[in-house]
Amino acid sequence: MRQTRAIELGTGLFVLLGFAALFFLVTQITNREFGLGGGGYRVLASFEQVGGLKPGAPVSMSGVTIGHVERIDYDFSEYKARVTMRIDPNYNRIPNDSDAGIYTAGLLGGQYIGIGPGGSETYLADGDQMQFTQSAIVLENLISKFLFSKAAEKQADPPAEGPKP
Amino acid sequence: MLTSLARELLQSLGNALQALGAYTIFFLRLLKEVPRALLRFSLVVEQVHNAGALSLVIIMLSGLFVGMVLGLQGFDLLERFGSEESLGSAAALGLLKELGPVVTALLFAGRAGTALASELGLMRATDQLAAMEVMAVDPIRRVVMPRFLGGVLSMPLLAAIFSMIGIFGAQLIGVQLMGVDAGQFWSQMRSAVEFDDVKEGVIKSCVFGVACSLIAVYEGYHSVPTAEGVGRATTRTVVISSVVVLLLDYMLTAAMM
Repeated sequence: MRQTRAIELGTGLFVLLGFAALFFLVTQITNREFGLGGGGYRVLASFEQVGGLKPGAPVSMSGVTIGHVERIDYDFSEYKARVTMRIDPNYNRIPNDSDAGIYTAGLLGGQYIGIGPGGSETYLADGDQMQFTQSAIVLENLISKFLFSKAAEKQADPPAEGPKP
Repeated sequence: MLTSLARELLQSLGNALQALGAYTIFFLRLLKEVPRALLRFSLVVEQVHNAGALSLVIIMLSGLFVGMVLGLQGFDLLERFGSEESLGSAAALGLLKELGPVVTALLFAGRAGTALASELGLMRATDQLAAMEVMAVDPIRRVVMPRFLGGVLSMPLLAAIFSMIGIFGAQLIGVQLMGVDAGQFWSQMRSAVEFDDVKEGVIKSCVFGVACSLIAVYEGYHSVPTAEGVGRATTRTVVISSVVVLLLDYMLTAAMM
């Protein structure tokens, strides 16, 4: 009797620890949030370029996370990427002329959506589309722009300076 | 000369095919017994204790050290690119997707697999299995099945514990010793790891659990009933399990890319 009790105790401890570890891995290590899925309201925004934005990325205002990106798909009527965000119901007073931009957290960090509040008195509601958006910055585009402008400067430079008399 | 070589090659190919077939038949036979074994759950619980609870110390210790090595090596590598704050995501992904399931499976084959194989082999050698058959007790149902199921149930839990302890080990070295910022360590980890990564690790560890347990009970049950035969069955268990785990690991990784 004593022995079976010890065995059962050990097994119970092991199984408890195993499931606790699984639970820890799913809830604490990943960016998935449970219980929030159904709540909140959806806001849409169209971007020329979403870069590396992924579903599940945070949506923040002044650095405070107020929601998550739910879906990213391509809208053929506008030829733009359409991002669906799910905003926490506590943050229901976002002016409807607010702007959304895609930013990068740190140099190698993940991308997130930052919302800058506008001045309107009416607030965004479920299913609304945000008017003002700023695309993700693609590093290659920046570099190529910089290089081309340098090249153009160089070509323009010599005649401007001209031979000194 | 050449013909004898070809004949030998053909024969070993035939043997391998035969072994694969025997394994499949044995596996199907075990599958058929699953519902009935679940009814006598106390036998399975005992084996979860044997395969899981008793492996806990070695799994936790190994997990801690693997995590600490990951922290050290990862820090050294990432520091060269000036991105040591990604250490958290690198260690977590490495542990969850690869090291957790694979190293746990290898340790499991060494700790629990050999115990199963030698136990069943000794039962065979001392005619205990034959005695059961005489008493009209199906040894597969009474002895093999609970051991198989106990291993299958224990393996994913052991792998999850391994990964969790490993992440703490990496944190211990990275944050406490090397001075990576704790906030960046955890937040980068959380933004990089998806639910699918955890799922991949769990699927892998389940498959490895089935493979390792099957190999252990098969080799034990079919061992030659001598002292030498039991020893050989134990050795074969570890060797076959290790190779199969690494092979399956590649295939599963490729499939889930």
